[in-house]
Formats: sequence, structure tokens, C-alpha cells
Amino acid sequence: MTTTENELKALMLASQDGDAAAHRALLERLSRHLRAYYRSKLARTGRGAAEAEDLVQEAVLAIHLQRHTYDPAQPLTPWVHAVARYKLIDFLRRTRASRADVPIDEADDITAHDDNVGAESSFDVRRLLKQLPANMQCAIAAVKLDGLSIAEAARRCGMSESGVKVSIHRGLKTLAALIARRTEP
Amino acid sequence: MKTDELITALSMSVEPVDRRLVNRSVGIALAIGTVVALGLVLTGLGVRADLSTPRAVTFLFLKLAFALGTVGAASVYLTRLARPGGERRISLGLAAIPFAAIMLLAAVSLGQAPSAHWDKMVMGNEWLECLLSIPIIAIVPFAVVIWAVRKAAPTNLVRAGAFSGLVAGGVSAVAYAFHCTDDSLPFVALWYGGTRLCCARSPARYWDRGCCVGE
Repeated sequence: MTTTENELKALMLASQDGDAAAHRALLERLSRHLRAYYRSKLARTGRGAAEAEDLVQEAVLAIHLQRHTYDPAQPLTPWVHAVARYKLIDFLRRTRASRADVPIDEADDITAHDDNVGAESSFDVRRLLKQLPANMQCAIAAVKLDGLSIAEAARRCGMSESGVKVSIHRGLKTLAALIARRTEP
Repeated sequence: MKTDELITALSMSVEPVDRRLVNRSVGIALAIGTVVALGLVLTGLGVRADLSTPRAVTFLFLKLAFALGTVGAASVYLTRLARPGGERRISLGLAAIPFAAIMLLAAVSLGQAPSAHWDKMVMGNEWLECLLSIPIIAIVPFAVVIWAVRKAAPTNLVRAGAFSGLVAGGVSAVAYAFHCTDDSLPFVALWYGGTRLCCARSPARYWDRGCCVGE
């Protein structure tokens, strides 16, 4: 039996007998253990410190309300662990259900924002593009990366509009083949 | 609210708690359930008429011993399951001993009897009545026992539900034994034992997670 278990159990027994100071000390010590427990468990599911603190409070409240269900003949740690784990499972169930409550949005929302991931990957494509013939490079860079229209790309690259379309089509096929070759082991 | 503030608020007035409350609630629930079940059987079905014969008395006591044995073991475990972490401290094997014992006795008695009698010994006269009566009589005891367990803080609801069903089924079997006139060990093993296990199985599946620690 560890010292922590013995100290906590002594506090719990005093608290069951109505000792307010022991009760306060018990809840303070347990809340620190609970905080560490919930933070480590929630970090694995990608949730933060605020949720962990909510859970600490729920568990502290349950320990306070249910302290009569602790049987002094038994060690305290498994009793606390059972309450803490029950609250954790309850929380994970609740929040999993609420994942279905995604707010209604428009199809445009998916493209409304861009972030640096797109920008980073375009650098890679520009490097690959350098392996293509010049006219394909120019057409793809103008239309796919710089967002120009076919007519503007035709002017910039000095080609006809159908020439731009054909260059893009063939260039993308070649690019796909290049990427496939690069990702092969 | 900060956790420190919550702890301060909770430590304002700390009352001594009653550590025996869980056991007492389950005990009271058992007593209420037994009274209701006995009342139902005595008024609704009536005590078996042939209680003056020694054979009837022997079998009544045998059925009572089997039923009370399972109620005893299951209710000790139920008072543990009603507390957080109690599922660590139960062994399903020990709760199964009365069932194993009655199955063994039934097998021995079947082995001694000529096989032409087996059908009669296993099915009895009233197997359908037994099959229906025990779960129906168990409804009220089950509700009362569940009420007592939910007042505590079970953390393994499936097991707590199963043992509540087992206890309620046992109480019901105790009461039904006063009415049942089928006196053969295989009958008791199959129809008493089987319906009891059904009583334990179904609530375990349907007891939802509506019951929470700290509610």
C-alpha cells in the first residue's frame, strides 16, 4: 500500500465522519490527481485543458455526493478511479454524440478559406513542373496555380486557347506520372 | 467556476455520512420485493394443496434452498456492484455455484431414472406456467431493487443490472415454489434456473446509461 493511498484513505474516513477540513484537503488532493488523469486521457483524443477541468469538477462533485458509497474495508484508489473513469466515459459518449450536430453550412464554405497547406504543396508542384516542356509548364502554371482564365493564359504563353487546353491536359497526365514515380519506393 | 471555488463551496458544511446506507437500501428493497412476490403467489396462484405429504415438503425446501442460495450470493455481490469500482470485487463463478449444483443434482437424478421417464421429469406438468410466472412475479421486485441500486453509484451498469435481475428472479422463485407442484430435480434445474438466468440477461441489455454517478 502506498503512502498516497494511506493518506487519502485517512482523509476520506475523516471526511465521512463529517470533518470539513479533511474533506477540503481530500478534494484538493484528489482534484490534482484527477486533473493529471484527465489531461493525459483527453490529450490522446485531441481535446484540451478546458474539457479536462470540466471533468475534474464533475468528478469532484460526484466524489462529494457519493462519499457514503465508499466502503472503508476497501482501498480508496480503485473507488476514485472507478468514479473518474465513469465520468470520462460519460463525457466521451456525450461529445461523440454531439459530433452529429454540425451547423448547417453552404457548399461554398468548404472553399471559403485557404491555408498554408495549399501554398506549401504548390511549391512542390512548381518544382515538378520544371521537368515538363516549356509550353505545358506555362499553361499549367497560369491556369491551375495562378488562377488565370484560358484566354489570359493563351495570351501569356503565346498559344491558342485550344493549345492551352491540350497542354494542360497532357501536362497534368505527365505530372501524375511523375508524382506516381516519385512516390514509388 | 474555478475548481478551487467549487471545493471551497463543497467543504462549507460537511455532514457525517451513513456508510451502511447502500446495504440498507438493497436490504429494504429485497424485503419489499419478497413481500410483494409472496403476496402475489399466495393470493393469485394459491399454495399447493398437497403440502401435507413429506415428498412435497422435501421438494418445497429444496426449491427454497436453491432460490435462497442464489439470492444470497447475488445480493452480496449486488451491494458491492452498487458502489463505484465494486465490479472489481465480484466473481461470476461464485454466483454460478448454486446453478452448477442444481444442474449436477438434476443430471444425477436423470441418470438414475429410466429414460422413458425423462420427458415427464424435465417438462413436468406446468413448465409453461413456471416459465411465465417467475419473470412476471419478478417485475415488482426488480423495479424495487433497481431503485435501490440506482440510489447508490454503480459504475458497471451492465453487471449491476444483471445481478439486480438475478436477485429479483430469485425472490420470485422463492415465492413461486409455494405454488409449483412439479417435483423433480431436472424440472427445477431447467425451468427455475433457466428463467432466473433470463431475468438476469434481459435487464443487463436494456439498462441504458441513464443512471449516472453523482446524480
